[in-house]
Amino acid sequence: MTNILEIKEVVKAYGSKIAVDRVSLTVPKGTIFGLLGPNGAGKTSLIRMITTITRPDAGEIILNGEPLNSDHPRQIGYLPEERGLYKKMKVGEHLLYLGQLKGLTAAAAKEASQRWLEKLGMLDRWNQPVEALSKGLQQQVQFIATIIHEPKLLILDEPFSGLDPVNTNRLKREIRLLNEQGTSIIFSTHRMEQVEEICEDIMLINAGQNVLQGAVSEIRERYKQYHFQLLYQGELPAAFAEHFPIIEQGKQSLTFAGKENETANTILRQLLQLGVQIRSFTEVLPSLNDIFIRTVGAAAPAS
Amino acid sequence: MRQLRLIIKREYWTRVRRKSFLIATLVTPLAFGLFVVVVNYILQYKSDEAIRIAVIDEGQLFDGGIADEENIFFKIVDTDLETIKDNFSSFKYHGILVTPSSGRLQQQEYRASYYTDQKLTLELEPVLVDRLRTALRKHKVAELQLDERSLEALNSQVDIEPKPVTPEAIVGTSMAGKIAAVIGMVMAFFMYITVFIYGMMVMRSVMEEKTNRIVEVMISSVKPFPLMLGKIIGVGMVGLTQVLAWAILVPLMLIGVSLLFGFDMGATNLPDTPPEFGDVDPQVLAAQIMTELGSFNWWVILPLFLLYFLGGYFMYAALFAAVGSAMGDDLGEGQSLTIPITIPVILAFYITIAAIQSPNSGLAIWASYFPLFSPIVMPARLPFDPPWWEIVISLVLLLGTCIGLIWLSGRIYRVGILLYGKKVSLWEMGKWIFRK
Repeated sequence: MTNILEIKEVVKAYGSKIAVDRVSLTVPKGTIFGLLGPNGAGKTSLIRMITTITRPDAGEIILNGEPLNSDHPRQIGYLPEERGLYKKMKVGEHLLYLGQLKGLTAAAAKEASQRWLEKLGMLDRWNQPVEALSKGLQQQVQFIATIIHEPKLLILDEPFSGLDPVNTNRLKREIRLLNEQGTSIIFSTHRMEQVEEICEDIMLINAGQNVLQGAVSEIRERYKQYHFQLLYQGELPAAFAEHFPIIEQGKQSLTFAGKENETANTILRQLLQLGVQIRSFTEVLPSLNDIFIRTVGAAAPAS
Repeated sequence: MRQLRLIIKREYWTRVRRKSFLIATLVTPLAFGLFVVVVNYILQYKSDEAIRIAVIDEGQLFDGGIADEENIFFKIVDTDLETIKDNFSSFKYHGILVTPSSGRLQQQEYRASYYTDQKLTLELEPVLVDRLRTALRKHKVAELQLDERSLEALNSQVDIEPKPVTPEAIVGTSMAGKIAAVIGMVMAFFMYITVFIYGMMVMRSVMEEKTNRIVEVMISSVKPFPLMLGKIIGVGMVGLTQVLAWAILVPLMLIGVSLLFGFDMGATNLPDTPPEFGDVDPQVLAAQIMTELGSFNWWVILPLFLLYFLGGYFMYAALFAAVGSAMGDDLGEGQSLTIPITIPVILAFYITIAAIQSPNSGLAIWASYFPLFSPIVMPARLPFDPPWWEIVISLVLLLGTCIGLIWLSGRIYRVGILLYGKKVSLWEMGKWIFRK
């Protein structure tokens, strides 16, 4: 059993609109998996099926080796994009309630919520109503509620939206810690830079369809455009531009395009032959953001 | 099951502990008591202004004296009208009553004059009329040489006593019919009010969860159906708690108020004794009502009433939950969606008014079968002892519809709570039922 989640050819339609169209994906245990896509791509629809909120029209979802069943929600922690708490309830009460709904006993729920509040320095808020807390603290309570039952799979839908940088970093740290302790995490967002930072594997969906899937490093390699960055000293030899099209010229630096299938080694040899005084030389791999725009831009219907 | 219990517990406790609940539960009986006190005070308020009236008894009607009222004093004077009129201000009379001769004995009309500078008040006029009428009657009875007791005999007291044809039929007394109507109306009104109050409470709560965005967090742990059912049951228990509290507090309040202020409660509740009850002594009447109340089969009526209450509440609360799930943050926008629910409730109430007048009419019987009406109409018919099989049919239909509607509402709720920023028509809600 190496995969926490396997999704096979899943389809979901709302009326005539197909939200998820034959999407398949595999999330290995213990990884942080990025689910990417523009708004309205079908990310939330897909997540709702994983969390058993809705049922797929076709296809199969296998969680931890078993087809999805009613016992699985206890193994999943889900932080929806649209999230909130009962404003009038007290923090402690609220965590107890949600913990018990996830199958914890009252005692276990109490122990876990106190432990987490203590960890985040909020234990003194136990008897305060949720509405008395600042937005940031409310988000922390929300996060505790999501993981209080120690889920095997944690699904975070745009977890950083509406968070300030301090809270964002704190949440990132918690996510990494949980992952180190063995929690598999699905991280859904349209913010590419966050994915690059956190995720190992990603899937990109657009208009309900799987566009791109794989390890982040592998995908960037696959989409590389043979662009190189060069920092140099002195004058650039005149012959340089004849050999390499310059994409971006900076002050004593430039980005240029090499020919396809050329490696950094062959380019470097040519640069030395041209007599460029090199200070540094790197291959530029495309950011996920670039890849995202390129693939989605191409795949999007011309409208 | 465990989750359902948790949800019910939360829905119940968060409401019951709320200050607004405590206030509503305690203040309503207080307000009711205060209302009774004020109404009593107003009804019992007699003008404290002493009214003095001079009577010039030209017709010799008042044989030497007229009974005074609490604050109205009559004085028979020999002075002639013009003299009093000239010195009217110094006499401090409110007015001068001039009573001409009664005329022919067969004459029915009689006209007396009342000289005053003020308006004839509602309080004063009946007193004047009463005094004159009594005097005229006495005068005529004497002149016509009639026997007072024969006259009394003319005023027959008619009373219809229902008697069973088959020995086992229960027909009660004519008084029982009237009391049954009152009990029926009270129960129907109670149903009508509670369905609205607590049904709306469910609807608002569903909307709140949706606008709070908590609902998606919830349904990743719980299926939508137990979430909706738990809410309905929880709010229903809140309703029962509140009603029970009122059932205890309101009578306590009334007793307290009557002890404190020494009011006659019977008089308050029946400001105008219905003419049917005639000139019966109020105390005899009260005793009679009490025995009649005891003769109703409360051990059948009350449990059935509770069943209808539960059936009606669950059915309508489920519908309100479905509508609440389809609504956005905007209450006004949802108005068109609640109308289809409120219309049957209001219709049922009007049918009830007709049904208590003829509890075995076709309308009453059919309305007490029709599940959307039966929770309101049937309880109103219960005091009239409808045939047992009518109750059974009505209850079975109600139970079936109730389960069906809860299920249907669950289907709508499940889709509605996840839908944001979209105006929803009834037609669309109907389509959600069949969505996979």
